Amino acid sequence: MIAKTSNITFDVEAVRSEFPVLDRVIYENKPLVYFDSAASSQKPRIVANTVRDYYLNEHANIHRGVHFLSQEATNKYEEARKKVRDFINAAYDEEIIFTSGTTDGINLIAATFDKVHIKKGDEVIVTGMEHHSNLVPWQMMCERSGAVLKFVPVSDEGELILEEYEALLNDKTKLVAVSHVSNTLGTINPVAEMIKSAHGVGAQVLVDGAQSVPHMKIDVRDLDCDYYVFSGHKMYGPTGVGILYGKKELLNELPPYKGGGEMIKTVTLEKSTYNELPHKFEAGTPNIAGGIGLGAAIDFMLREDLTDAAEHENRVLEYCENRLQEEFSDIKIIGQAKEKTGAVSFLLGDIHPYDVGVLLDRLGIAVRTGHHCTQPLMNRFDITGTVRASFGMYNTTQEVDALIEGLKRAEKMLS
Amino acid sequence: MSSINKVQDEIVEEFELFDDWMDRYEHIIEFSKEVPQIEEELKTEANLVKGCQSNVWLAPEMKGEKLFFKADSDAVITRGIVGLLIKILSGHKPEEIAQADLYALDKIGLKEHLSPNRANGLSSMITMMKAYAKATA
Repeated sequence: MIAKTSNITFDVEAVRSEFPVLDRVIYENKPLVYFDSAASSQKPRIVANTVRDYYLNEHANIHRGVHFLSQEATNKYEEARKKVRDFINAAYDEEIIFTSGTTDGINLIAATFDKVHIKKGDEVIVTGMEHHSNLVPWQMMCERSGAVLKFVPVSDEGELILEEYEALLNDKTKLVAVSHVSNTLGTINPVAEMIKSAHGVGAQVLVDGAQSVPHMKIDVRDLDCDYYVFSGHKMYGPTGVGILYGKKELLNELPPYKGGGEMIKTVTLEKSTYNELPHKFEAGTPNIAGGIGLGAAIDFMLREDLTDAAEHENRVLEYCENRLQEEFSDIKIIGQAKEKTGAVSFLLGDIHPYDVGVLLDRLGIAVRTGHHCTQPLMNRFDITGTVRASFGMYNTTQEVDALIEGLKRAEKMLS
Repeated sequence: MSSINKVQDEIVEEFELFDDWMDRYEHIIEFSKEVPQIEEELKTEANLVKGCQSNVWLAPEMKGEKLFFKADSDAVITRGIVGLLIKILSGHKPEEIAQADLYALDKIGLKEHLSPNRANGLSSMITMMKAYAKATA
């Protein structure tokens, strides 16, 4: 077999040097191996420094302030919004709503969508592989509005069964909510195709991009999605900040989500009129440092050629899957989709994932174990949890080797 | 010294023999084999201490004046720590169990396993053991 040649310019050591935490030695003498980026990525210097500088030198409340610092902070915050817009190729700044994270963005749509688009008996489609945050808000919306929740089933390989999806679509379908990449399986879902089909019956589509934005170039206009949500902290940015992208005309149709300052135009004791986008959905003082820090995270990501970075990450993922299969006769990789990124879930014989996680931890290796907030998916595979190794652009194949050695040791102790 | 603390001190001493953490876990795994097994028919919803990461089943049994526990877990390391807890608390008078100060796991560095954040069922298990003890005291 001819080794795959690559001419990528991606320099993983240079990337790693931006993340001081990766040099940590834990539990006395174990070099940290961080394979939990799907839960939250580590932060590069530029993000930490930007947030620190903001707090130490630049902080004031934004919007409507007449003084220097307020204007400066407002400019920085709004610059970050523009960076996000360009990053996902949205058409307008006001289509970028700052939220506290993916969950918040989904809840915003789930709390408002039914007020204008849903009547009793309408249908909402989600999939069998959603994170609870892209399931529970829709359950709540359906319960409130009398809509019926439908599910796209998942195949044994961990892919959505598209024929079943197509069969679910009809003129009662008002919304489809689907993750772009599964947090548990790493499956990349064919969202562009799914969006096209949904639009064919007049339904809108929300894409949960929490696990895709860190790993691939996203173009919301190309996808033609109606809403796209993601989190800052999974893409090298701060916690507590996220983005809801929505098509302008659709966001304009929705009523405000939270009431308060920022989101109003005029207020009398009896009634208020609401501000325009994006402020209509940004009540209260936002996470200013988080927004600016997210802008810095985008700057960080764009220093790399994102295609090269993705290729590197996928090589690490592939290497990990191959070694798992080579080294362990009773390994079971949960999710064998053709298109994957970011994560591999597995079971080592009948060893409980928690045991594996505890022992790996003591060897300095951070993985996640359990149901990964996807209990229906666990039920689908008739398991209670998995061990999940997930990757960022800073991970290496040498780290995978450490994981494999750790797993061998854990297997020996536990069987 | 109470009999419960005597057992705790013995366990702490045993673990102090191991410098390496993986050896400590080997020892915990040994404990997992000594857990007084709860019968399959007692693995009911009522006896289940559900954790996000692992589950524990626990059943009390009074023999004379003393309270005993039987248990199991789906994870080996959790079962090992269950074994430690049972070795410490089982077979004493309910009022002693209710008042026991569980310091051994802290001393041998297993405290984080008992944190509710771990969601492995152990923290709730201790609460349940103490509740049984209080109810029978």
